[in-house]
Amino acid sequence: MASGQPIINDVSIRVATSNGTGSQSSNNLLYKSLFRMGIGVCAKNLFPSNIQGLPTWFQIRVSPQGYQDLREHDDIAVCMNPETAKEDIAAMRPGTTIFYNSSLIKLTEDQLKPGMSIYALPVEELAKSITDTKLRNLLKNLFYVGALSHIYGIEIDVMKSVIQDTFKSKQSAIDANIAALQIGIDYAKANYKKTDNYVFQRANTNQGKIIIEGNTASGLGAIYGGCTVVSWYPITPSSSLAESMEGYLKKIRVDKEGKAKYAVIQAEDELAAIGMVLGASWAGARAMTSTAGPGISLMHEFLGLAYYAEIPAVLFNVQRVGPSTGLPTRTQQCDITSCALASHGDTKHILLFPSSPKECFEMGAEAFNLAERMQTPIFVMSDLDLGMNSWVDDELEYKPMKYDRGKVLSVDDLNKVKDWGRYLDVDGDGVCYRTLPGTNHMKSAYFTRGSGHDEYARYTESPVVYTRNMDRLLKKWHTSKQYLPKPVIKGDVNAKTGILAYGTSDHAVVETMDRLKDTPVKYMRIRAYPFTQEVEEFIKSCDVVYMVEQNRDGQLQQLLETDLPGYQNKLRSIRYYGGFPLSADIVERELTKKMGK
Amino acid sequence: MNAEANCNRLGLSKNDYSGKPSTLCKGCGHDSITAAIIQAYYELGVPPHQVAKFSGIGCSSKTPTYFIDRGHGFNSVHGRMPSVATGATIANKKLTIIGISGDGDTASIGMGQFCHMVRRNVDMVYVVENNGTYGLTKGQFSATADVGSVLKKGQVNPYPVIDCCSLGVELGATFVARSFSGDRKQMISLLKAAYAHKGMAVLDIISPCVTFNNHEGSTKSYTFVKEHDIPLHELGFIQSKEEISVEIKDGERREIELHDGSRLTLRKLDRDYDPTNKIAAMATISESRDKQELITGLLYYNDKGTDLNTLLNTVDVPLWSLGEKDLDPGAEVLKKINASLR
Repeated sequence: MASGQPIINDVSIRVATSNGTGSQSSNNLLYKSLFRMGIGVCAKNLFPSNIQGLPTWFQIRVSPQGYQDLREHDDIAVCMNPETAKEDIAAMRPGTTIFYNSSLIKLTEDQLKPGMSIYALPVEELAKSITDTKLRNLLKNLFYVGALSHIYGIEIDVMKSVIQDTFKSKQSAIDANIAALQIGIDYAKANYKKTDNYVFQRANTNQGKIIIEGNTASGLGAIYGGCTVVSWYPITPSSSLAESMEGYLKKIRVDKEGKAKYAVIQAEDELAAIGMVLGASWAGARAMTSTAGPGISLMHEFLGLAYYAEIPAVLFNVQRVGPSTGLPTRTQQCDITSCALASHGDTKHILLFPSSPKECFEMGAEAFNLAERMQTPIFVMSDLDLGMNSWVDDELEYKPMKYDRGKVLSVDDLNKVKDWGRYLDVDGDGVCYRTLPGTNHMKSAYFTRGSGHDEYARYTESPVVYTRNMDRLLKKWHTSKQYLPKPVIKGDVNAKTGILAYGTSDHAVVETMDRLKDTPVKYMRIRAYPFTQEVEEFIKSCDVVYMVEQNRDGQLQQLLETDLPGYQNKLRSIRYYGGFPLSADIVERELTKKMGK
Repeated sequence: MNAEANCNRLGLSKNDYSGKPSTLCKGCGHDSITAAIIQAYYELGVPPHQVAKFSGIGCSSKTPTYFIDRGHGFNSVHGRMPSVATGATIANKKLTIIGISGDGDTASIGMGQFCHMVRRNVDMVYVVENNGTYGLTKGQFSATADVGSVLKKGQVNPYPVIDCCSLGVELGATFVARSFSGDRKQMISLLKAAYAHKGMAVLDIISPCVTFNNHEGSTKSYTFVKEHDIPLHELGFIQSKEEISVEIKDGERREIELHDGSRLTLRKLDRDYDPTNKIAAMATISESRDKQELITGLLYYNDKGTDLNTLLNTVDVPLWSLGEKDLDPGAEVLKKINASLR
């Protein structure tokens, strides 16, 4: 044991490997074992746009509070990739710990910093004992897991249970994995003297928690929200949303005869994907697509049609770093304006900002009610960090949902109404009544078009009618506010300093708030666009408001300044757009700098 | 049908299949196609409220407002009608879907969606109102213009033609036909057969543009098409519910039985033609093009295709009609999912 006090369940680990070598399952074993020991843990995968060979990092952060954002600097580096070892080691600060593959990486004196703990792991030599050459390269990743578990105290039985659940009935795989893990443990036992202070101890942080990716949760939300038609085109980081959703649909949405109560189509491109969604929604089904920024760009023309012809749609936008191909495996909140104002002409859309898998599930379901109620596209604005990383979050909660199919007239309804026009604002809320194709009534049919139309869906180029229609669409957009998820407020309600954030920035801001507990600050997490009344009231009640965003141009702030003019002089920006998940270290640093502390 | 009462089998008059007055140029071929659609659907006795009409953008795409007012219509985005129609049929497999497109809408901007719709074998009638020109933007060449065809202002088209029929056959369309807007009888037989066919039916109908592409030197003018139109066979259509009372004329005659039990009769004209032979169909289309012949009729037919909704194996009722009882997997399922994520 090292000299200092033990540091229990509070450490940041960075594992450097190379893509496609099978390290992902070793990292998950590490992550899940800590989770099952009840320890507050968060993990993120920092990976390249590549299938095999390029460097990749897996970061595990352990904290008593179970924070779901990373630290900027790590305490333990596991350097298994000789390609990046030099930089990985250089990034480590004095007093930190380094595990390294001593078969491939030569560590020299000049690389070391004061107080560092060094553990050498001769991976290639140890691998020689694995006779199956095919499996050797995969299994050798387990050595570092074994070594770490010995030094820091991850329970072997817990690790075995994770391996068993991963490989289920494949006993030979279970045995091979456990044997490889043991090689790492045995080596550590025989060769290491613990020189650092980090320790894992059983805790009780994960009661009622699960490990889930945002994309999986979004897909499940859509299933519980009654979605029946999915049309999508593969794009990182959204592909796993549609794929995992289809996996669940096959199991839980099939009738007794084996017939599907859903349809999933992999479209030829994003244009077709949204086209099918609109066709299906127009015909009355709950339909969705999932995509990322470049896909949204391709969908813009159709989104204008959906807005103007008033067709429901649900889009999951799992944002990644743009513009263009950008950094396709990195995260950002960079499609806020492109979605809020998607398409040519005057358009304004409705956005939801989930910040956790649980919210992906809830908003993923509710989006379909909103879409049908408001007869317009609803964007669920996830991001790569949320969508593709495995989060520790509250388990998904079942709430029996009443589907709100919106203002749809049946044959009986049509018998009762005297006068029906597709775009007639009968209720004064901007939302009109529609009929579905196939409705057997003389008055049922109407013609949907993207060209100018009057209240009865007839073609017109009349300036008066056009203006009236556009004004009604704006009214409808304002009407939507009452149905949108309200913002969440935390902190000192009497504080005059406010923070505004949305989506995944939440986790870094919440941790920052904890750190600033002696400073009077309040925090509002915005959960939807258009902004509801509460947002304006919050800004009004503050002398200064720091707006945290993961993009260069302050995209939500732009919308705020347009929609709630007059508060510009109160707003300050904290923007991070490097592509890694936002850390409280960055928010705290920028905030204290800007607050003049 | 009951001719005396001027009603079809549903007791509906032809007026029940009509639409708004056309706003196209006088003499436009598209209006003849519209009239043929009205006549065919009326004679078939298609329930008009079950019809869903789709189109993209262009002169042709305006026409769904001119027929079957009692069916819902959707004038979508340029070249993207196939995806919208595909979505609609998935949501409601009971709809009778007809899509009207043009040569620009299908063979240029919408080429990708056309190909994939054919590949998916969407159960619909897809009409290309083909005039070889962009009418609504005043007379540019489209991709279906023949090489050497001349624009009104004299430009000669240097690029080879995209033939929607040979493309359809190549991509696996199960019903491919070509017609001419001046041949009302042939159009009506083909439209009826296309309706009876379960799967993708591509109808490329040459439909001269009287304003921008009806001059000397154009290969899509009325004069040129009339002179070069070579029907492959004389067509007749026998609806499944009708007694066989078609007069058999001289010459060889074959019947094609369609999915709903209706039959399309093909009486041989001057050449032997087997529309079920894919290779022969491809060869015939290609050779006739080289000879500047405009062969019309049923070019290809295949009854072995599986349409998209059958492939998707969806429940018999329309997906849109499913509610909470059918779609909500319930609390127990979610509990199990949660348990699998620890």
